[in-house]
Amino acid sequence: METGIICHRPQNYPLYIRSVPTENELKFHYTVHTSLDVVDEKISAMGKAMVDQRELYLGLLYPTEDYKVYGYVTNSKVKFVMVVDSSNTALRDNEIRSMFRKLHNSYTDIMCNPFYNPGDRIHSRAFDNMVNSMMMQVC
Amino acid sequence: MADEALFLLLHNEMVAGLYRAAEQGEGENGRCTTKLESMGFRVGQGLIERFTKDTARFKDELDIMKFICKDFWTTVFKKQIDNLRTNHQGIYVLQDNKFRLLTQMSAGKQYLEHAPKYLAFTCGLIRGGLSNLGIKSIVTAEVSSMPACKFQLQLTSVMSMCRKMIRPARRYKDITKTLEEIGGCWILLVTTFV
Repeated sequence: METGIICHRPQNYPLYIRSVPTENELKFHYTVHTSLDVVDEKISAMGKAMVDQRELYLGLLYPTEDYKVYGYVTNSKVKFVMVVDSSNTALRDNEIRSMFRKLHNSYTDIMCNPFYNPGDRIHSRAFDNMVNSMMMQVC
Repeated sequence: MADEALFLLLHNEMVAGLYRAAEQGEGENGRCTTKLESMGFRVGQGLIERFTKDTARFKDELDIMKFICKDFWTTVFKKQIDNLRTNHQGIYVLQDNKFRLLTQMSAGKQYLEHAPKYLAFTCGLIRGGLSNLGIKSIVTAEVSSMPACKFQLQLTSVMSMCRKMIRPARRYKDITKTLEEIGGCWILLVTTFV
């Protein structure tokens, strides 16, 4: 039900995709791709709207009947997108924020890894473990 | 305070070591500067990721330049850039009147011809940091009298080029590219859809 996906700027290809359970991954690919446009809208609208201009967390991007999509963009233009099952109402905004913070921290650690070339897909085990533990906590 | 000396000494050894290896090996002088610059590039990418983790979102190019001149320079060299000039068309000149990596060398014109070697790493640092923030740049440095130096930046913002792309065409191209990676048979379905 839940997927955490990271998309790289500006080519917008995914660096890392994980979903639980794993059979609906294609559906999540589509969802995340369409939500990228919403993310871009929010970033470009920030200059005019003067709302939450300085925050990295974008909040609920759009809800559909099955799931909700949350977004987060770092200053280095890396987009994190999280798709959560709508029936999971126990998840509060604060928890989503803290999950994004954890993702961002782990991504920063990966960037500082000399064996990682920026732009490659992420194969780090530490990152996998962090994402797994986060998703187990939720599901 | 000891960590400042660590980076200085390590940097000096890095430059000296590279040039020594070049003399014994191929002996091509120009490549050492390129190697130093690309080292600085990768370090800059990682550093900027760490430094911008907790800062607010940048509004525009000038905001990013101010961040580089103040926070970034302070964290790396323990002081700010003394003078920032721009022609508002993508060219910025950063002037540091007492560049940390050159203060131990001389206080005037002595050893001037060796100064560019010690600036290559920092040029790469700036270029790497800017590239991770979405700005392609060309960074050059010049020294007229130690320890003052000027870094000249020529910027082309990638974000402004991206906005000119047509949205439907981009989405179509990206979807097919992603699908090709997963399983080719879905491409036909998508083409009839779109």
